[in-house]
Amino acid sequence: MSFLQLEKLRKVWPGGAVAVNGVELAVARGEFVVLLGPSGCGKTTTLRMVAGLELPSGGTIRLDGRDITRLPASERDIGMVFQFYALYPHLTVAENIAFPLECAGVPRAERLALARALAERLELTALLERRPRALSGGDQQRVALARAMARKPAVWLMDEPLGTLDSARRAEMCDFLRAQQLEHGVATVYVTHDQDEAMRLADRIVVMSAGEILQVGPPHEVYDEPAGLFVARFVGSPGMNLLEARSTGRALELAGARAALHFAREVAPGNVVLGLRPEYVRLAASGVLTGRVALDAFMGSHRYVHVETPAGRVVALASIDAPSAQGEQVGLEFDLRGVRLFDPASGSRIA
Amino acid sequence: MKLVRWFVLLAYLALAAAPLAWMALSSLKRRDDTIAPHAKFLPASSAVDDSASPWFEATLAAYRDLGAVHAGAQESFLGHLGSSVVIGLLSTVASVALGTCCAYGFSRFRVPGAKDWLFFVLSTRFLPPLAVVVPVLIMYRALDLQGTHLGLIVLYTVFNLSLAVWLMKGFLDEIPRAFEEAALVDGYSRGQAFLRVVLPEARTGMAVTAVFCLISAWNEYGFAMTLNSSGAVTVPAYFAGLQGNIEGMPWPQIAAGALVFVAPITVFTVLVRKSLLRGMTFGTIKQ
Ligand SMILES: Nc1ncnc2c1ncn2[C@@H]1O[C@H](COP(=O)(O)OP(=O)(O)O)[C@@H](O)[C@H]1O
Ligand SMILES: [Mg+2]
Repeated sequence: MSFLQLEKLRKVWPGGAVAVNGVELAVARGEFVVLLGPSGCGKTTTLRMVAGLELPSGGTIRLDGRDITRLPASERDIGMVFQFYALYPHLTVAENIAFPLECAGVPRAERLALARALAERLELTALLERRPRALSGGDQQRVALARAMARKPAVWLMDEPLGTLDSARRAEMCDFLRAQQLEHGVATVYVTHDQDEAMRLADRIVVMSAGEILQVGPPHEVYDEPAGLFVARFVGSPGMNLLEARSTGRALELAGARAALHFAREVAPGNVVLGLRPEYVRLAASGVLTGRVALDAFMGSHRYVHVETPAGRVVALASIDAPSAQGEQVGLEFDLRGVRLFDPASGSRIA
Repeated sequence: MKLVRWFVLLAYLALAAAPLAWMALSSLKRRDDTIAPHAKFLPASSAVDDSASPWFEATLAAYRDLGAVHAGAQESFLGHLGSSVVIGLLSTVASVALGTCCAYGFSRFRVPGAKDWLFFVLSTRFLPPLAVVVPVLIMYRALDLQGTHLGLIVLYTVFNLSLAVWLMKGFLDEIPRAFEEAALVDGYSRGQAFLRVVLPEARTGMAVTAVFCLISAWNEYGFAMTLNSSGAVTVPAYFAGLQGNIEGMPWPQIAAGALVFVAPITVFTVLVRKSLLRGMTFGTIKQ
């Protein structure tokens, strides 16, 4: 029996626009679930319905077996980080962090001590007496996080809580957040459009697009076995290489390829989209495809070499030694174990 | 260009300040000097024995006299000032409190026909208030509210309510809902969220609304004259009532009283001046 359960959840705005369309999701006790999707796909709306700030147009929300679909927000026992912080402007940082505890009946001295301890762990100590207005966006976001973490509610809901942090801070906060969540075992639904964050944090990732769930699974599964073209493109940076190909049943033909690729399984003849992650593409003196280097992106520990081929642009993962010059002709070798096939019309996975 | 601006401003200042200055001078005179055939406009420290001289002897006697009861009145100026304070403050507090609550409802909840309701609220201002003075008089007589503080408090509250609702709706619309939502999620009830999170943010708006309500209640004359000519008389009605008393108008005392009467409003308005400007732009225009 899952702890938080969304059944056929729908939200239709008064104008008729559908923001969330039949979302089915079960979150286990202590699980960290990340809603991942492009901006405008209904992540915030879903979260707000769980929080009780938006009334669903259809469907049911259950928490610990109880139907809470129409329960007021204040009776749901939820800690939330808002996308735009929503810090109380007339309270200091310390008072902001302590505010949820006051409602929970914690005495004043204890509240402020707790706020101080949390602030220390989030490196906010120097800001405790300031008002939110005098804080940078990143600092405000960390205060919002501290406020949500002051209490240990049944569920944590976090709406892009690290969106305005610089990348070093963000990685640090990701780890802190995950550690806290593991320590307290609070079921968490976390919203982001950043797939790195999603991979780093999630027990399970929920990929959303246009109000619908496309795929649910652990990060490696969503990454390795994308359920469709959208997930293949959206997850991973850079995303999966997607090339138009023709299946002849036993083999795959690629425009400009030296030879047909022999795929392990039989596929119905016709047009397909061939997907291959950059780590399954290798630079070689001579390969299946040849092309011109369009971009050589240095990433620190590795490089992504973008190659323009007759079949389309292909990104290959390469080691940092022997960088290639732009415009240089290179060959590409494919590791066929990484090949995923999609139906070009429906975008769904074939093999 | 700058010169022209200074000239225009100074000319306007002279025009606007002249009556006030004259009142201030009058408040320092003896009664005889206020009605002398030759204008006396220069204060001096001692009396001048020449009826044509513009000099008069300045004295604070009129201010000391504010506690005195004049012929034809039942109370001194200070007594009436007390009535004005009680009626002005209580009706302002009531208008702002009721207006804020009402505006919060319109601002945050989906009220069926909200636009029509708001228009109805505003439409209560379309009729000149004095047009309803007779029915109100009859009702107040029946309810025994004539000549009471409560009567005018209720009346001014009702008249100012529509303004308060509209002004406060503008201010509350500007406060993001996210603050309340955060409080709701943190476990506070809607009422607590309103008191703890919305009200502190609405303070400026409430101060601006209070200025408008207070000014209109403080200076109201028509209803005060008709309903409260014999009890709980406010200052404007009291001054008017002094006319035709057997001693003649006590001009120095009236001038002194009028200055004392406008002082608190002036101070209050200056204090919230910055917010007033903000209120005028996003409270009313941006509705
Ligand atoms: N209060 C609202 N009224 C009408 N439409 C809204 C409202 N809030 C969001 N939307 C629309 O609903 C869709 C989903 O929005 P949202 O849940 O905020 O997406 P996300 O958080 O994934 O970026 C968007 O098209 C957005 O424009
Ligand atoms: Mg969002």
